[in-house]
Amino acid sequence: MKKILGIMGFAVLLSTGSCKKDSDFLNVPPKSVITTQTAFSDPALVLSVIGDLYNRQKDFSSLDDGWTTFADFAESFPSDNGSYYFVQNRNWDYGTWGIWDYGYIRDLNLFIDNLNASTQLLAADKSRFLAEGRFLRANYYFEMVKRMGGVPLITKTLTYDNSGNVVGLQIPRAKESDIYDFVISEAEAIKGSLPSDPSEKSRATQAAALAMEARAALYAGSIAKYGATTPQVSLTGGEVGIPASMATGYYTKALTAAQAIINGSAGAYKLYKVLPDLSDNFAAIFLDKSSVNQESIWVEDFKALAGKTHGFTTSDQPYSVSDEASDAGRLDPSLNLVESFEKLDNTFAPIPTKDGSGNPIYYADQQDPFAGRDARLAGTVMLPHSFFKTAFIDIWGGYLLADGSILSSDDATHLAALPGTTTLVQVVGKDGPTPTGEPLRTQSGFYIRKYIDPTTGSGRRGRGSDVNFIRYRYAEVLLNAAEASAELGDYATATTYINQVRSRAGLTTAIVLTGANYFDRIVHERRAELSFEGHTLFDMKRWRIATKVWDGNTQSLADLTSNLGSATKRNTQPWGLYPYKYYNPGNANNGKWVFKEVLPTNVTGVLTFRLGNYYSQINDGIITANPKIVRQPNQ
Amino acid sequence: MKIKFHYIIILAAMLAGSSCSKLDNVKPPSTTLKGQLMYKGTPIGVEYNQVPFRLYQTGYGGNSPITGTFDQDGNYSVLTFNGNYKFTIPGGQGPFQWKELPSGGRDTVAIALNGNQTVNIEVTPYYMIANSAITASGNNIAATFGIQKIITDATAKNIQTVSLFVNKTQFVSPADHAAEVDLDGSAITDMSNISLSVAKPTFPITQNYVYARVGIRISGVEDMIFSPLVKVSY
Repeated sequence: MKKILGIMGFAVLLSTGSCKKDSDFLNVPPKSVITTQTAFSDPALVLSVIGDLYNRQKDFSSLDDGWTTFADFAESFPSDNGSYYFVQNRNWDYGTWGIWDYGYIRDLNLFIDNLNASTQLLAADKSRFLAEGRFLRANYYFEMVKRMGGVPLITKTLTYDNSGNVVGLQIPRAKESDIYDFVISEAEAIKGSLPSDPSEKSRATQAAALAMEARAALYAGSIAKYGATTPQVSLTGGEVGIPASMATGYYTKALTAAQAIINGSAGAYKLYKVLPDLSDNFAAIFLDKSSVNQESIWVEDFKALAGKTHGFTTSDQPYSVSDEASDAGRLDPSLNLVESFEKLDNTFAPIPTKDGSGNPIYYADQQDPFAGRDARLAGTVMLPHSFFKTAFIDIWGGYLLADGSILSSDDATHLAALPGTTTLVQVVGKDGPTPTGEPLRTQSGFYIRKYIDPTTGSGRRGRGSDVNFIRYRYAEVLLNAAEASAELGDYATATTYINQVRSRAGLTTAIVLTGANYFDRIVHERRAELSFEGHTLFDMKRWRIATKVWDGNTQSLADLTSNLGSATKRNTQPWGLYPYKYYNPGNANNGKWVFKEVLPTNVTGVLTFRLGNYYSQINDGIITANPKIVRQPNQ
Repeated sequence: MKIKFHYIIILAAMLAGSSCSKLDNVKPPSTTLKGQLMYKGTPIGVEYNQVPFRLYQTGYGGNSPITGTFDQDGNYSVLTFNGNYKFTIPGGQGPFQWKELPSGGRDTVAIALNGNQTVNIEVTPYYMIANSAITASGNNIAATFGIQKIITDATAKNIQTVSLFVNKTQFVSPADHAAEVDLDGSAITDMSNISLSVAKPTFPITQNYVYARVGIRISGVEDMIFSPLVKVSY
């Protein structure tokens, strides 16, 4: 009986268990996947989704894409064995700089669709996330149009219906102006839903949207205006090129958007003026992440010891104070850039190395030749004998002897005896430059200072640096406003904007912009203020002067030192400036410094910008998949 | 375990047998298509590796062309399969005009390839260099030549500069030269008789010859047109 009871009980248990439907039994919710519905029900989860989308934004120069993204265009010399191609290649491939990440666009469109469909988020959260998604999408289209011209404008998620027919998914290129219009209209549409908080740097704000709008409208305006000088660079369908008649409209929009930031309606942004030394102050714009920094508007942020760091300091720190034995000194600013910084009286002059009769000038201090210049020079570039972290950096090329010959060696630890002595002494700087062109120490006579992190340990590979990359900042907004007003003929307004940026750099004598000088002045000012921030290529492209600046002719010493303030000055090969210690006991100049302009031996190529480089190639795979895509001009 | 040699022999025989089979079932391309840029039977010199061409195979899936560039004497050569091809030069390339279709596209040259073939590409250059003579005289390399304007209608373009390039190897171009002398287009007085002269360059290893040619840069056109290459011995 007991046995029967047991069996009965077991049978009952089985039968109750079997009452569960098969579908319920098989449908086990996965524990490792968050469903779309769940993800878009909680603001913290949505934030992590959009965090990934923020990470996938594309910058031309990016601290975590490697130092080489800063290295081209003869503004610097790449002191690294694997990277001399920057100064040895003759021209850029037509495909260089191209981007075409429609996977990212799809994810952004999906994000926007999912947000619109979500029901459990607070209205305020939802509208802010929505605006951020649209901001990222507009900014990415802006990045694409800068490189590719008009691209297919896809603002909905496309779905394939398995019919075998993909014609509906093949979208032709929009006009170049249409993409710029899209960026501008999106910025206008979303700015009201974004916070106006200057301490919010890494997420989209009202000022970020306006800064994007101002820059995009300025680019479109200058392509419309200066594109007229290169009629070959256009397509009949408008996919490349903007009609000149649209220039005024774009410049007006650029000025309005920039002025909305300048007049404070998007939050209290202002130029960073904190440190008494103007060069230190300029360098600190890029280092100061506190709320004191009201200049940076939108940044790619990093955090040390928390998984998001970059190796920019590791790659580019001075060799003698490097935290790593074989990582340093790769990005060396060129003399071309150094000479472009003005003197404090607003005039241009090369770094003086010879007096009027051709004799070398003897300097008591290594920094003397650079004295009395734009403070941004020493803020952007580490000059010889600058102080970094714990020591003065040691840049000199060797001893200049009385007979004019040079005594040097390939490393500071390889000693030699000076003539008339037997004691072995150091004959070259610990930081280079060596006559043999040793990599990882300077080969131009300078190191980069922008973004270099003085924090202890920031140069180690393991720790990395967490200096952020500023995508939009207030000084650029001022320069955009200055350029737009000057192009609209309002030189007085342009003058006030440009002089704000200049006086922060110590150039306190105001300049006056006129119809004759404004173009050269603005081109120069953007180079001085914004070098190594990813603007060079796009500026040269939109002004259509890239083919003149990188014209494929070798750059002689005469080219280097003449026409310094001219926008179309040739800049095809990076030069260096080597300091030498004069050795001539008994002579009044013994122990003083002599400087020589040197073209580093590895510079064998000449930068050549071809007409086909104005817009990056769309590769054949894309055109095969979508025959509606028209090819770029001149390729 | 006893090693069974006959298994090893069988395995070796199988391996040897399989290695003889033809695994690659696609024949390599074997048909050569070559030719030269011409204007009325005269070759046109261009800069090495700067003027591209495209070769589309009709009836073949996909839209991707075979691409290549012309040599500095205007030669091109492609190793490919038999078939029907269309040859074209992309817009804005070369110191010459290429026929445009009324519909807006670039014209193509149809080539039915069946065995090796030479197809010269006939184009209309803006200018031609005629009667060029490059010689050594004293310490200089001197060139005399004439320029013939070919395109004279509304699409005609002016001469920006004429240049004499000298190099130690036979690659002579704006990118690769040891000596160069330029003459501004506006300074040309007699188009049929132009002289340029440049000092002989010196090389680390002395050689008693150089290569030279003259080129015309046409304003608004990226590529230069060149005279035939001359080896100048002295």
